[in-house]
Amino acid sequence: MSAAPDHTPTIAQASLSQRLAPYAPVLLVIGLMALGLMAIPSTSSWLTLTVSGLAMGMMIFIMASGLTLVFGLMDVINFGHGAFVSVGAFVGVSFLLLLENMTGAPSLALNLTAMFVAILGAMAATALMGWAFEKVIVKPVYGHHLKQILVTMGGLIVVEQLIIVLWGPEEIYITRPEALKGAVTFFGAAIEKYRLVAVGIGAVVFLAMRWVLRSTKIGLIVRAGVENGEMVQALGYRLRLVFVGVFLAGSALAGLGGVLWGLYQEVITAHMGNQSMILIFIVVIIGGLGSVEGCFIGALLVGLLQNYVAFLEPKLALISNIGLMVAILMWRPMGMIPVVKAK
Amino acid sequence: MSDPILALSGVKTNIAQYHILQGVDLSVPRGQVTMLLGRNGVGKTTTLRTIIGHWRAHQGTILFDGEDISRLPTPAIARLGIGFVPEDMGIFADLTVEENMILAAVSGPINSARLDWLFTVFPALKTFWKKDAGTLSGGQKQMLTIARAMIEERRLYLIDEPTKGLAPAIIATMARALRELKDQGASILLVEQNFSVARALGDSANVMDDGRMTWSGDMKELATNAELQERLMGLSLETHQ
Amino acid sequence: MLTKLLSGDMPRSPVLTVVLVAILIGLAFAPFLFPGVRSVDTAARICVFIVLVASYDLMLGYGGIVSFAHTMFFGLGAYGVALASTHMGRGFDALLVGAVSGALLAAALAFIIGLFSLRVRAIFFAMITLAVASAVAVLVSQLSGLTGGEDGLSYKIPRELGPAFKFADGEIFGVKMNGKLLKYYLVFGVSLVLFLLMLRIVHSPFGRVLLAIRENDFRAEAIGYRVVHYRVAATCISAAIAALAGSIYAIWLRYVGPDTSLSMEVMIDILLMVVIGGMGTMYGAVVGATIFILAQNYLQNLMGSAASAFEGWPILPDLLNADRWLLWLGVLFILSVYFFPTGIVGRLRGGK
Repeated sequence: MSAAPDHTPTIAQASLSQRLAPYAPVLLVIGLMALGLMAIPSTSSWLTLTVSGLAMGMMIFIMASGLTLVFGLMDVINFGHGAFVSVGAFVGVSFLLLLENMTGAPSLALNLTAMFVAILGAMAATALMGWAFEKVIVKPVYGHHLKQILVTMGGLIVVEQLIIVLWGPEEIYITRPEALKGAVTFFGAAIEKYRLVAVGIGAVVFLAMRWVLRSTKIGLIVRAGVENGEMVQALGYRLRLVFVGVFLAGSALAGLGGVLWGLYQEVITAHMGNQSMILIFIVVIIGGLGSVEGCFIGALLVGLLQNYVAFLEPKLALISNIGLMVAILMWRPMGMIPVVKAK
Repeated sequence: MSDPILALSGVKTNIAQYHILQGVDLSVPRGQVTMLLGRNGVGKTTTLRTIIGHWRAHQGTILFDGEDISRLPTPAIARLGIGFVPEDMGIFADLTVEENMILAAVSGPINSARLDWLFTVFPALKTFWKKDAGTLSGGQKQMLTIARAMIEERRLYLIDEPTKGLAPAIIATMARALRELKDQGASILLVEQNFSVARALGDSANVMDDGRMTWSGDMKELATNAELQERLMGLSLETHQ
Repeated sequence: MLTKLLSGDMPRSPVLTVVLVAILIGLAFAPFLFPGVRSVDTAARICVFIVLVASYDLMLGYGGIVSFAHTMFFGLGAYGVALASTHMGRGFDALLVGAVSGALLAAALAFIIGLFSLRVRAIFFAMITLAVASAVAVLVSQLSGLTGGEDGLSYKIPRELGPAFKFADGEIFGVKMNGKLLKYYLVFGVSLVLFLLMLRIVHSPFGRVLLAIRENDFRAEAIGYRVVHYRVAATCISAAIAALAGSIYAIWLRYVGPDTSLSMEVMIDILLMVVIGGMGTMYGAVVGATIFILAQNYLQNLMGSAASAFEGWPILPDLLNADRWLLWLGVLFILSVYFFPTGIVGRLRGGK
């Protein structure tokens, strides 16, 4: 090699894989759908399963989003988050039972109004409860993970027991509003109407959350606070207030998730929140603690995988999600969209 | 000099079990650039962090325009009109340059005249306005963090080593920016290791050692007295940098 | 001699000494002091849970790691004995094979989970163990062909451990010299040995490094200790001992099921016992487990009568209902984490 090295500056042309890396999580969702399509013999069942997987994913996302944001913002891990799911479900269902004449009527408008009222009531109740929970349970143990885990777990136990005191120990069976019962047929696939509603609500919540985080000053403060809370305060913002606000909003969303989840399962128990924590944790871990986008994509992955596997080999459904978590942690140890902390 | 914008007296700050500040007295006159000098690890950064409230003073008073701010929370201190540029710059890497600036304008939308002025001081900001701050170079990040402090008129600027690790050309830009700020009559407390910058900008100087102020006086006097520098900082600033 | 047996960790409080000695005597002579099926059963349960809670404390109090998979490890030991006894037939070899393979499997699983999560952040461990343990619990109840599902498994244990086996004639203090008595002392003996072993571990150089890591993991890492290695090792030891506790519990009950060994309820019981007794003290496990189980067995009756006393009042009877005792324990739990993080033992020793 006698020739002088070529000095033309090469603007490092990122390889295809490098340029795709930021989109890898999204591609993963599409890849999983494609994999499902190959594994599942009939296209119509695949469509049914995909819609119900997306519905489930959306509901998990709604339940989990608050948890991941609260962690990102204040490094607080709330093991009692599931309590809001349970309380939301019970309050929401109580409203629906009160409004029986509205939910029983075969009118979509009346049904949706009843659901809207129930959701609003559930969210108000869980927001209020979140405020109290933050003040009583979480605030005294800031900056101490071990105590946070223990105390919030204790909070979950107490709330579960209080639900039993107020609503009794029996599980409550509910029927979906009249117009949301049954399925519509779409390209030969039967798709439950309720799941479409769940997908719709989930998409609206995700887009609204994205809009708030990207386009409002509060959202900027939250995103900046996740990265470097100290600097946000040095600019003059009261991060503590913002945090309480996020905790409240996260609790309210968990309550909304509880109502949707309860109607999806058509039965609610005091322990449903605790049970939902399994999927919530898997989702926030694989998404990257603190990342809302990661949480969303993680939730879709978990929802889809759970439904595909449940169809192919029912007993492995829950374990498959553990497998997913292990695989993703091997690929990216901090989750799909790791949150950089400037500390 | 009789009515300083900021006055610390007997400030002691402990971090964990370590006594970092052991009774700091410091006076920052209005409309001047006050230098805070000293070797690494003597408590300069801790002094700034104590003023803005990141660390709590265990003893002593910090008077800002006559009001004791040593017990106020950080956001309240900042809202009194103190702009803070931390040593690690505190850039929000996931946010765009624009979003960083929007956040820095605490009291409302960005004043466009002031922004235009900043664009003339730091042209790079305009170029990278829509880019993620994390993708900027070190010098550009430093410009952003200073611009962030300058986007609104503050009554006092606390600036921690703005030229640390920067290329000479960028140091010149930085010095020019600080000079413009000074010419507007701003009060600045500046920690700086680069002596030519310190000499060019400083009106008065304070030298720290071991958590205390060991010398306070005119910057010119310190700048011209190599023996004094040697004695206060263990090395001559002329040769250092 | 005694100092050596306790690895130099004396109770260091007169009241605590009295309490511990009373518990030891009570458990050592339980079949004679408290004859009756139910009270001996309670004593055996206390023995098992002392070991289980102490092994949890090894992780939580000494390692600073919160795990929600402790019942999974406990269950592995229990199901190990159950499956071995079912498939190998009754016999001591089956018990041994079951216990050893359960303990090894638990340690291996703890190793894998620890490697995955402790490497990144300690709180990952709490979240991942919660997810994994719940998934395993669901799996166990679904694989009914192997595990008996929700119904669990009943099996036979060696004849020598059953009431039909008489190893001596006559009675001592009215207690029959049968296999049931032997079985109790098997449980008691194994528990005592395991407990003393753990006491030894926490006072070994290994235990002191763990404590240093709990106090300040950055500093420990800076001094040159591989924090992750120590944490993973503590997790594995803790998991193996929990599995052994599960094995002796399975021997005692001659039954395993999700409710007795795998459920979240048992996990919460463990948490309550360790916190109320005192984290990071080992003796806290003894005090916590004893008080908790006695309360569980006897206090619930009291609550029941309190509830009926308030009959007709709004809400109150529901709050005092015997089934709601977890509510009050939860409140007690939160309060103790806030105000007595060192638990009863820490208090008796004069607090930290």
